[in-house]
Amino acid sequence: MITHRIIPCLDVRNGRVVKGVNFEGIQDVASPVELARFYNESGADELVFYDITASFEGRGLFTDALKEVASEIFIPLTVGGGINTLDDFERVLGCGADKVSVNSGAIKDPTLIERGAKKYGDQCVVLSMDIKRVDGKFHLFSKGGRVDTGIDAIQWAVDGVNRGAGELVVNSIDTDGVKNGFDIEMLHEIQSRVSVPVIASGGAGKKEDFLELFNAGVADAGLAASIFHFKEVYIKDLKKYLNDNNIEMRV
Amino acid sequence: MIAIVDYGCGNLFSLKSSLSFLGLDCKITGDADEIRSADKIILPGVGAFGDAVKKLHDSGLFELLQQCAKEGKYIFGICLGMQMLFEKSYEYGEHEGLGFIKGEICPFEGDIDAELKIPHMGWNKLNLKRADDPIFKYIEQGDYMYFVHSFYGKNCDDGVIADAEYGVSVPAVVKNNNVYGAQFHPEKSGEKGLALLKAFAEL
Repeated sequence: MITHRIIPCLDVRNGRVVKGVNFEGIQDVASPVELARFYNESGADELVFYDITASFEGRGLFTDALKEVASEIFIPLTVGGGINTLDDFERVLGCGADKVSVNSGAIKDPTLIERGAKKYGDQCVVLSMDIKRVDGKFHLFSKGGRVDTGIDAIQWAVDGVNRGAGELVVNSIDTDGVKNGFDIEMLHEIQSRVSVPVIASGGAGKKEDFLELFNAGVADAGLAASIFHFKEVYIKDLKKYLNDNNIEMRV
Repeated sequence: MIAIVDYGCGNLFSLKSSLSFLGLDCKITGDADEIRSADKIILPGVGAFGDAVKKLHDSGLFELLQQCAKEGKYIFGICLGMQMLFEKSYEYGEHEGLGFIKGEICPFEGDIDAELKIPHMGWNKLNLKRADDPIFKYIEQGDYMYFVHSFYGKNCDDGVIADAEYGVSVPAVVKNNNVYGAQFHPEKSGEKGLALLKAFAEL
C-alpha cells in the first residue's frame, strides 16, 4: 500500500531558501540545492518549493535554482508561489517540477484549476489553502494568509477538487508557528469531504505531532518547514519513529 | 546512446536529467534514424492513452518501435509509455497498443475498494516476482517506487516481473524478452529509481 509522506517545504526568495528566524534572532538563509540534497538523503518523500519573490529578477533566480535541484534530486517536486496563468505552469514544469501548487492565483480566477488540470492532468494541480477560524467558521485567506476573502474554506476545497485539483494542501493559520500539533479538527472537516490526498501543514513541533496526525486519519502527508530546517526534528528519525508506531513509511 | 522518444507527450526534463546524472549518453529525439541507431530506447509518456498512441502513429514512430522490438533492441516504457506496450487499453474508449505485452489497461475504478483514492499516487512497495531478472540487479524485495496513475495492467500475469499492492495486484514492472516497462516513475523514485535505470542501461 501507499505510504504516508513527509514533506519539507522550502520558501525561496531571490534564489535562496529563507529558513526563518534562527535562535539568535537572525534571518537565516541556505542554498536550495544543498538543502534539497540534505532532505533527499534524509529520506524526504517529496519537496515543496514556494517562490516568495516579488520581483521579475527574483523569479528568474527561482527557476534557475529549481532547475539545479531537479538536475540532481530525483523525488517529486511541487512548486508554488506566483502561479497565476498556464504560462506559469509551463515555466516551472519545464524546469523539472512535477506538480504545481496554486493559491491566490486560483482565488483570483478559479478556472485556473480546471485549465491546469485539463492541460497537465489532475495529478499535476495542487490546491493550497490558508485557512483560519473566523467567528467559528473556516475562512479562506489569500496573499500568504494576510487577507480574509470571506470564502467558506471547506466549500472552496470541495469546489477545487470538483474543478480538478488532484491534491490539497491545508495550511491552518490558527496552528501555524504554534508548534503544538496539526489542526486535526480543520483537517477532518476537509478530508471527510474529498477523495484526493490531503497534505497537512501548520503546527508540527515534534515527531509525536505527526503520529497524532496520521493516527487520526485526516491526512496523507505532513508538511513542515522550520522544524526540519533548524534540525529540531530529523526526517530520518521521524520516519523510523512513525514506522515503529505502525505508520508505514518509506525507509 | 539511449534514445528518449519524443512524440510530444510529457515533460522529459527529469528523465533526461536522471540519465545524465548517471553519466549515461542519452538524447531526447523524435527522429526515426536516431531512434533506429540508438543502443536502447526509452518510451516515456504522461496523459491519455488514446492521444499518446495517436501521436506515435502520426509521427510514424509506432511501426518503428514495433520493428525495433522485433529486431531485439532493448525498449523501456515508463508510466503511460509502459501502458502503451500492452495490447489494448480501455481508457476512455478502446485503443490498440504496441502489443509487446499481453494484457490490457483498465481503470482502477470499480476494481478497488471505494475507500482507496484514485489516482494511485505515492510511494509503494515492489514485490519482485522474478528477483533474478537483470533489471533488478540493484533492487531488493520491498524497495519503494513512486507511482502516479489511474489505469493499470490486467490479464498480463506472464509478463509481470514485479507488482505492487493497491487493493489489487498492480503490475509494476513488465517484461517480454527485450521489452521492459515500469508503471512507476524511476526518474522520480530516488536512489532506487536511478538504480533501475542504471540496470536497464547495462542490459
